[in-house]
Amino acid sequence: MSRFLKSLTLGATLLACLSVQAEDDWVAPRIAGTEIPDLSGIWQAIGSAHWDIERHLARPALQLRDGPAVPVPHQRILALGALGAVPAGMGIIKGSGTIPYTAEALAIRDENRADYLNRDPAIKCYLPGVPRSTYMPFPFQIVQGHDSMFIVYEFANADRILYFEDPGPAPVDSWMGQSYAQWDGDTLVVEVTGQMPDTWFDRAGNHHSASMKVVERWTPTGPNHMQYEATIHDEETFTEPWTISLPLYRRMEPDARIMDFKCVEFVEELMYGKWRRNPLPRGWEE
Amino acid sequence: MRITFAALLIVFSGSAFAEAEADQPRTPWGTPDFTGTYDTATLTPVQRPNYYADQLYVTKEQAEERAQQTAQALAANNAKKDPNREAPPEGGDGSPGAAGNVGGYNTFWIDNGETLNSFDGKFRTSIITYPENGRRPGLTPEGTARIRALYRSFARNDGTASWVHRGDGAGPYDNPEHLTLADRCLQGFSSTGGPPMMPALYNNHKKIVQGPDTIVILVEMVHDARTIRLNSEHPPDDVRFWMGDSIGWWEDDALVIETTNFNDTPAQAPASRHLKVVERFERLDNRNLKYSFEVEDPSTWQDRWAGDYVWPESDERIFEYACHEGNYAMGNILRGARRLEREALAATE
Repeated sequence: MSRFLKSLTLGATLLACLSVQAEDDWVAPRIAGTEIPDLSGIWQAIGSAHWDIERHLARPALQLRDGPAVPVPHQRILALGALGAVPAGMGIIKGSGTIPYTAEALAIRDENRADYLNRDPAIKCYLPGVPRSTYMPFPFQIVQGHDSMFIVYEFANADRILYFEDPGPAPVDSWMGQSYAQWDGDTLVVEVTGQMPDTWFDRAGNHHSASMKVVERWTPTGPNHMQYEATIHDEETFTEPWTISLPLYRRMEPDARIMDFKCVEFVEELMYGKWRRNPLPRGWEE
Repeated sequence: MRITFAALLIVFSGSAFAEAEADQPRTPWGTPDFTGTYDTATLTPVQRPNYYADQLYVTKEQAEERAQQTAQALAANNAKKDPNREAPPEGGDGSPGAAGNVGGYNTFWIDNGETLNSFDGKFRTSIITYPENGRRPGLTPEGTARIRALYRSFARNDGTASWVHRGDGAGPYDNPEHLTLADRCLQGFSSTGGPPMMPALYNNHKKIVQGPDTIVILVEMVHDARTIRLNSEHPPDDVRFWMGDSIGWWEDDALVIETTNFNDTPAQAPASRHLKVVERFERLDNRNLKYSFEVEDPSTWQDRWAGDYVWPESDERIFEYACHEGNYAMGNILRGARRLEREALAATE
């Protein structure tokens, strides 16, 4: 028995060595009684990818208007001051750091950015889709059984079922898509299809079409780290597939948990306030 | 996978004990395995119709008759309709039910089961088993006040803004916050997500994903996922959740879940933040789980109440129930009310 265990450990160690990301001598823990890597827990991305997944410098606000000298924050966000500004980031796109848009799709991205406050679906608390849900500034929890897996995201109470048997083509488009998962060594590979075209990648107007396919790779690299990669295939929007890569961090607080952030109730004033019996003043609307 | 594991246990040990242990699917870490998708739709109502009094079961013949009547009604409603028929009259045709008397829902949307819920071939008149009359206990004055407030938007729709000439003129559709949590896409109706988790008019699927330390129950309606921490403790009293905070533990082969720390509006109306629900899952056979619950909230009901029903496993898959993203009804209800109010005021000027 102990020899059996040793050979298993050795095998797993060899696998870990092949992976570029794994920490030295570390082997991903297994789901009890199985050889399945255990990815369960509460995870979160850190960084500025949720603002803009491309490499970018800081800018004054998510939406700008022309100023007398330089662009200034749009009046609808002006009151937030420095807290409404967009932090800089190195981006999470492998290689060039920019998205290989077609010319038409790039023009749409720029329009999205110019009309940001009306267009970002997450402003209305819509389900953010994949991969955006992964690096929203909110934790998510992976619940993992021996033949099943489920992801609960704090933002908008979004969630995903991961199917380990080929579910076939998605029967209908959905906000979070259909996820088909398989193991490649210790890496969980998830093919996400059937996503609505209405989700974005970030708060910078980066977008896709309904024919997008996302291939995610979740690789455990240490007891408290995972590397998340997602390759985006969408010939309607991009000239070639492109890949994002970022680390995920385990939430270490002993009482870490997914809190409620349904957010539907937080956007009722924005979405429906003008149809109240007695609407509150909405001075920012022109 | 699960069956193979059970079979292995039998092969590797001849003892009667091991066979008893293996008599249901188990996880590799040894607990019963409830992983799967369940369709909780049932014709058995949560509360027993008064004419059954303390009678918990009906005969097989009565149950078959009920199933037949339902099937016939379904077939009749699904029959082809005259495509040239008139629209319902303004204010509705006076019919009751989910159609909202203006043809809101037809049977295509309704999926509330085909048979009464049955244990061991005995067919149930209600899901509630305590109190003995199968009905929730009486409400406290506080509970009564809460349910009146909850149902303020359930005024009869006669096609006019009749409220503008009544009392202070306040109406049921003055603000989005006045509509029900289900209308607002904040929770499913009929306590489908609960807890306690009850059957509803449609979208009755539940999915259980079971890890060694954490179990999640996906509720189809409004994609609500309940996360249950095993062998844990509830957070401080000021930490509150829409579906409460659920902790669980195993008692032999039963999964017990205790939920507290609700916000002010649990799905099981008109319960309060003092609600406490204890649920139990046990396996009945290869395809069926028994789901039991006990509810107490002294600020809402004069007594505790309890019940159980069978969750049959389903081969169907759960599709996303996004709700809020397509909630055109919310805007239409508010805008419609504003228009009716303008018309009502113009008519009296």
